[in-house]
Amino acid sequence: MDYNFYIQYWWFIISLLASVLVFLLFVQGGQTLIPTISKNDLERTMLVNSLGRKWEFTFTTLVTFGGSFFAAFPLFYSTSFGGAYWLWMIILFCFIIQAISFEFRKKDNNVLGTKTYDTFLLINGYGGSFLLGIAVATFFTGSEFSVNKENITNPFMPIISQWANSFHGLEAIVNPINILLGLTVLMLARTNALLYFINNINDDTIRTRSKKQLWICGTGFVVLFIAFLLVIFLIKGYAVNPQDGVVFLQKNKYFLNYIENLWLLVILLSGVVLVLFGLIKTLFSKKLFTKGIWFVGSGSILAVLSLFLNLGYNNTAYYPSSFDINSSLTIYNSCSSLFTLKTMSVVSLLIPIVFAYIFYAWRKIDNKPITKEEMQEGGHKY
Amino acid sequence: MEELVLWSRAQFALTAMYHWLFVPLTLGLGVIIGIMETIYYRTKDEAWKKITKFWMKLFGINFAIGVATGLILEFQFGTNWSNYSWFVGDIFGAPLAIEGIMAFFLEATFIAIMFFGWEKVSKGMHLTATWLTVFGASTSALWILIANAWMQYPIGMSFNPDTVRNEMNDFWAVALSPIAINKFFHTVTSCWVVGAAACVGISSWLIIKGKDSDLAKKSIKIAAPFGILGILLTIYNGDGSAYQVAQKQPMKLAAMEGLYNGQTQAPLVAIGFLNPHEKIMNNEVEPLKYNVNIPYALSFLGFRDINAFVPGINDILKGGYTQRDGTIALSTKEKMERGKLAILALSDYKKAKADGNTYMQDKNLKILEANYDNFGYGFLKDEKDIIPNVSLTFYAFRFMVIFGSAFLGLFALLSYMSFKNIPYEKYKLLLWSCVFSIPLAYMVSQSGWIVAEVGRQPWVIQDLMPTSAAVSAVSSNSVITTFIIFCVLFTVMLIAELSIMFKQIKKGF
Repeated sequence: MDYNFYIQYWWFIISLLASVLVFLLFVQGGQTLIPTISKNDLERTMLVNSLGRKWEFTFTTLVTFGGSFFAAFPLFYSTSFGGAYWLWMIILFCFIIQAISFEFRKKDNNVLGTKTYDTFLLINGYGGSFLLGIAVATFFTGSEFSVNKENITNPFMPIISQWANSFHGLEAIVNPINILLGLTVLMLARTNALLYFINNINDDTIRTRSKKQLWICGTGFVVLFIAFLLVIFLIKGYAVNPQDGVVFLQKNKYFLNYIENLWLLVILLSGVVLVLFGLIKTLFSKKLFTKGIWFVGSGSILAVLSLFLNLGYNNTAYYPSSFDINSSLTIYNSCSSLFTLKTMSVVSLLIPIVFAYIFYAWRKIDNKPITKEEMQEGGHKY
Repeated sequence: MEELVLWSRAQFALTAMYHWLFVPLTLGLGVIIGIMETIYYRTKDEAWKKITKFWMKLFGINFAIGVATGLILEFQFGTNWSNYSWFVGDIFGAPLAIEGIMAFFLEATFIAIMFFGWEKVSKGMHLTATWLTVFGASTSALWILIANAWMQYPIGMSFNPDTVRNEMNDFWAVALSPIAINKFFHTVTSCWVVGAAACVGISSWLIIKGKDSDLAKKSIKIAAPFGILGILLTIYNGDGSAYQVAQKQPMKLAAMEGLYNGQTQAPLVAIGFLNPHEKIMNNEVEPLKYNVNIPYALSFLGFRDINAFVPGINDILKGGYTQRDGTIALSTKEKMERGKLAILALSDYKKAKADGNTYMQDKNLKILEANYDNFGYGFLKDEKDIIPNVSLTFYAFRFMVIFGSAFLGLFALLSYMSFKNIPYEKYKLLLWSCVFSIPLAYMVSQSGWIVAEVGRQPWVIQDLMPTSAAVSAVSSNSVITTFIIFCVLFTVMLIAELSIMFKQIKKGF
């Protein structure tokens, strides 16, 4: 297996982690829904505890996503994090305040009071998912940076990656296409959260309210997602000439990627079908259908996976620069050495084991859905 | 530029030190909880379940804030040290990714069973989950310390002029580097000491308040001997760490000892005070005053030979002394010349390559390779830049060693009294010493990191990249702003955490 294989393999791993992360943002989506779905303290406690048993998975996936991106594509790590400084910093702040909120919110003498911690959860819910959507959207719309590796030979200013504006990432928040994806991710997170509540909490009121809200969020997500797809299919994309590595703008690039790689299209469409099936079945079943999360969840993983693979494969620049187009990052010019990718690939064989024990532990904890009674008993609670 | 470097360093130091307020307790108390639950599993004695659950509650409060502060540390390499991230990301990124895949998920998954699984899984499964959480946390420490050790002693890689970065060529050399192994055991076992001190201190406080004294005493019976084990291993590995520093980072050793002029049969400074650095450099005063030395000890500990020459700060600047491998040390000026030569050769190599001039390409590549060991020196402006903050390193080192060793006495005394059934609850002074040993343990632990990290300045990667060349191209105002935000946020979080902890402790078992 050659270098090319390992580069593509690692882009697949990064894409997989990204898509699992987007699915796990249901925790964030759920946090935004707490005020809507719960009307009293007990209901709120049920929602918070239901989410509180999962938040660490989202958090850990975010950290692992970052670490893996660093190991496999270090030039992205140095260019994007150091350049879009403020965008990433705000995202990080949104997550830092989440990490303590579940554990601290109901504890005696927690200084800030339950309300503050619940506000933290709201900020993390809205900010975390919306801004991660914004950050990912720049993979399509481009950012203003330049990369010049020879700068290292200038002892007075040896920095390789430079951001071309002083907003350092904040400019991405006002780009309409970025906003569109930000809102799409937020709506997806909320949709998955509602389906998760229906599955995880055995309470009629919560299930009824969640189902009602699902009409709004579910439809909202589908409409926004289709709109986003249409937009990126129509805009010019950043293509790479495989012979000389020169990056150029190509009309309908992201659409053509799907057409030229039908298996990518199959992944996208399977995702869409699963999402629609899960939504329709949950919304229209006469009997209570609690498995919607599995369909919509796996469907959204597939859809996001196809978008990420679309960005990296088929001679596409996944992190384009609109300032200096030939500074754009491709999976080939930003990746680690063959040795490092090979070593990391051995480690990646552990990933199925990780999935297996998460699945096991998840099953054990969620054996019985959360009930009012459980919330009133003793034991560890948030 | 200088301001930017300074604030980037300040931010990293701030976030790392905050993070290090929570990690030691996770690693240390985790093992203690594991032992307690194992006893419960074997004896079926409900008292031990109660004890386990009490400590687990404190563990959980502490764990959450450790996660919060840890997030920023990982991403900060990108946000604030972007040049570093490219220059060595090929090697440094791997341990971070492995940490995520091997350790974080293990922790995150099984901590959920630890907290919510009491009624949902069997006793055996719960115990396994507890140990897996501890194992996950320790594995996480292993990989991040491997990464840190590599910065102090870069091996297993070569520089690739085409990609302008260092690339890994020997994973096991990185993962099993002697510095990494020593650092891991020294750090983790020192965390056991912090965990034991917290457990002993909190239990003592409960005994003083007359609350659940019997359960508190049972806790001490586990924590005190565990603390002895921890501190003995810490001292053993600390000696190993110092030995490694002597071999690989002579300037750090000189700063730790306040050694300006090297000597054979060098003594170790047990206690002493430093004169002002500038005055010493101008030969106006002797480096130390009121010092008590242990004869030959530095030569012996550093090189296992009482006649070994230990170079001081001035020797390292001037060069000319014979090193352990028989070579003559270069002066810092010479190293700076060679570093500049390497940087220039890299630049010329790139130009020759662009022009298709293979002759110049080969020629410059040879110059680069011959001088690459001193690449980082080419970025320095003044030879004195290679001297770290001597007084901070010197005093932090003494603080760590002197007060750290004191824990051996405390734990030994408590263990003896516990197992001989001597009613130590009568000795209020002893109990209060245990309570105050908690903050002391944290201060000792932090000072260890000050020695390791301040002592290695100006290097972010020893000899290859100075801190000043590692930063991101952001304005210093941006970094000042994020510094202030982190400072306020983490301080508020710490206050909230302590307040919750104190309340939980007051409630007792």
